[in-house]
Amino acid sequence: MTEHKILMKICDLSVTYTTRLGQVSAVDKVSFDIYKGEILGLVGESGCGKSTMGKALMRMIQPPGQITGGQIIFNGEDIMTYNENQMRDFRGRKVSMIFQDPMTSLNPVQRVDEHIVEAIQVHEPKTKVDEALERAGTLVRKLGIQKRRMNSYPHQLSGGMRQRVMVGLGLVLNADLIVADEATTSLDVIVEAKLADQLRDIRDEFGVSLLVITHNIALVAELSDRVAVMYAGHLVEIGNVEPIFDNPLHPYTKGLLRSIPNIKLNENEDLYKMAGEPPNLTHPPSGCRFHPRCPNAMPICQKYEPELVEISSGRLVKCWLYLDHPEKEQDTIEVPA
Amino acid sequence: MKDNGHKNSENQNEYLVEIKDLRKWFPVPTTFIGQIFNQEREYVRAVDGVSFNIRRGEVLGLAGESGSGKTTIGRVSIGLEEKTEGEVHFDGIDLSKLPSEDLRKLRRRMQVIFQDPLASLNPRMSLGDAIRQGLEIHYPETADQHRDIVIEIMEKVGLTPARFYYNKFPHQISGGQRQRVVIARALVTNPDLVLADEPIAMADVSVRALLLDLMVKIKDELNLTYLFITHDLATAKYICDRIAILYLGKIVEMGDLREVYGHPLHPYTNALLAAVPVPDPHERRKEPMPKGEIPNPIHPPSGCRFHPRCPYAKDICSEEEPILRELRPGHVVACHFAEMFLDKKLS
Repeated sequence: MTEHKILMKICDLSVTYTTRLGQVSAVDKVSFDIYKGEILGLVGESGCGKSTMGKALMRMIQPPGQITGGQIIFNGEDIMTYNENQMRDFRGRKVSMIFQDPMTSLNPVQRVDEHIVEAIQVHEPKTKVDEALERAGTLVRKLGIQKRRMNSYPHQLSGGMRQRVMVGLGLVLNADLIVADEATTSLDVIVEAKLADQLRDIRDEFGVSLLVITHNIALVAELSDRVAVMYAGHLVEIGNVEPIFDNPLHPYTKGLLRSIPNIKLNENEDLYKMAGEPPNLTHPPSGCRFHPRCPNAMPICQKYEPELVEISSGRLVKCWLYLDHPEKEQDTIEVPA
Repeated sequence: MKDNGHKNSENQNEYLVEIKDLRKWFPVPTTFIGQIFNQEREYVRAVDGVSFNIRRGEVLGLAGESGSGKTTIGRVSIGLEEKTEGEVHFDGIDLSKLPSEDLRKLRRRMQVIFQDPLASLNPRMSLGDAIRQGLEIHYPETADQHRDIVIEIMEKVGLTPARFYYNKFPHQISGGQRQRVVIARALVTNPDLVLADEPIAMADVSVRALLLDLMVKIKDELNLTYLFITHDLATAKYICDRIAILYLGKIVEMGDLREVYGHPLHPYTNALLAAVPVPDPHERRKEPMPKGEIPNPIHPPSGCRFHPRCPYAKDICSEEEPILRELRPGHVVACHFAEMFLDKKLS
């Protein structure tokens, strides 16, 4: 992959939830691009804002949450300026979403084929039922769902099958981007592995971009082309999957990767124990939000927030270790391994 | 801390838990129509002939996909659920022959940690009181020392300063801390066996390592034995001494963890181990996954239960049920053709 066409450009996107305890900045000025035909893994721990980010991309944040700033440029248009009708067309046709629990996303009293036909007819009202059924049939075959399953209700399908129906619903309108929010999380490992294979296959076949939001970092290593790491509402590191796993730059990414259990014997036998827990975002730490847990924290880290800057080609990091500042005391830096 | 005479007694047998030919079948509710036509009663065969022992001081892992029966085995082993058939011995005591009052007293020695700490804790009970409850039930005679014992155990699991946390409520602390409370509550009665049913599945990666570490540390400190139930084989590597791989209510393979992971002998174990994603983009899985999904446990497949999905299945697999055979020292497997994996070198 040498040349990337940008499908979606996210600039300084912020999402805030207004709660009794104050404003929670769940996503704070996050910027990144999603390329055409790539699988981008968005990882982080619970509460880091990754799911909020996914919803914000489709402007599906509901009160008390609100998108408080930023732009989402899709194919050259800022979708923040879209009205509700345009948004409805955008959701589903341009970007579709798969959630963790397919049982709550599917209508329990609708058969698989009815789901797909409905999805087509909502967006393309002129399509005849026969034609829609035919399209549904071809798609379903590609996803490895047996034809007789078209007449099944969601409860008659297994978890993996339901999730494949969801993927099918995402694909049937030829969406350019599928956001998969913990789509494989509730599945058993073998089923999860198969769905991961399938996601890669549909990317190869349909050229669709995938944003895979997950807490399962090993899955991202298995599946994606690029990785974005979020911590406490900030995007702290983004880059191609190999360099990030080979040589993580942000101290959070480093700690995170060293704390993942590895099934291979004699690999990562001693899990790294990261100090502390993710912060409460009603009162995020000053400066870099990771500084209270950071083993390399410097005085400057609690004073100013670092920028997300490009360190090498396609590799961006938000950390003072890699930035210059007149107040930065050089002698406190620990050289990254 | 408390009397633990049973732990130091000399005439104890090697195994703390002995399970033999355990079966647990749950009846499927029959419909009215079914009753009229005298339809035969059907059963979900959640556990269908499982035998294993747990040595004192070891961590035995029960691993498998959902529906493999791992949770049911755990619940039956500590008498939370009644068995359908088979034998369950705890420290030489047959649980099924025990009067309920004695079973209740024995419960002090077997405690549980569940997956979701928020669901396990009473939202209206302070953390200290929640931990203390076990003491009040099992050691009412030492009521004046309860508070000190609770504080001591809270400090041991890392809820420090304990006096600060004592009066907090579950919603006021983080998920990782809540699981520490649940661990403290399980340990406060000074048990021998702890059943840990997916104890860290809900925790985030960075918190998970700390909890695992805590569980190992406390086990050594308090001479505990764990029955560790998990679907996450990667996590199991960090805590289990031995592991049993379950498929549809049966053990398909069992042995020392490093032995099983290093030389898996069952096609299912091989698939399961290969399916776990490795956090290294250079080592992406290339093996195809077995077809289909775990079948319905009401009508399990004949012969070897894995045969419809097994890439190596031959005629005999659907006809004859394989028994567990010891092919390597301490390593048993239930497969007619397990020998083919014997010479296979796996990294």
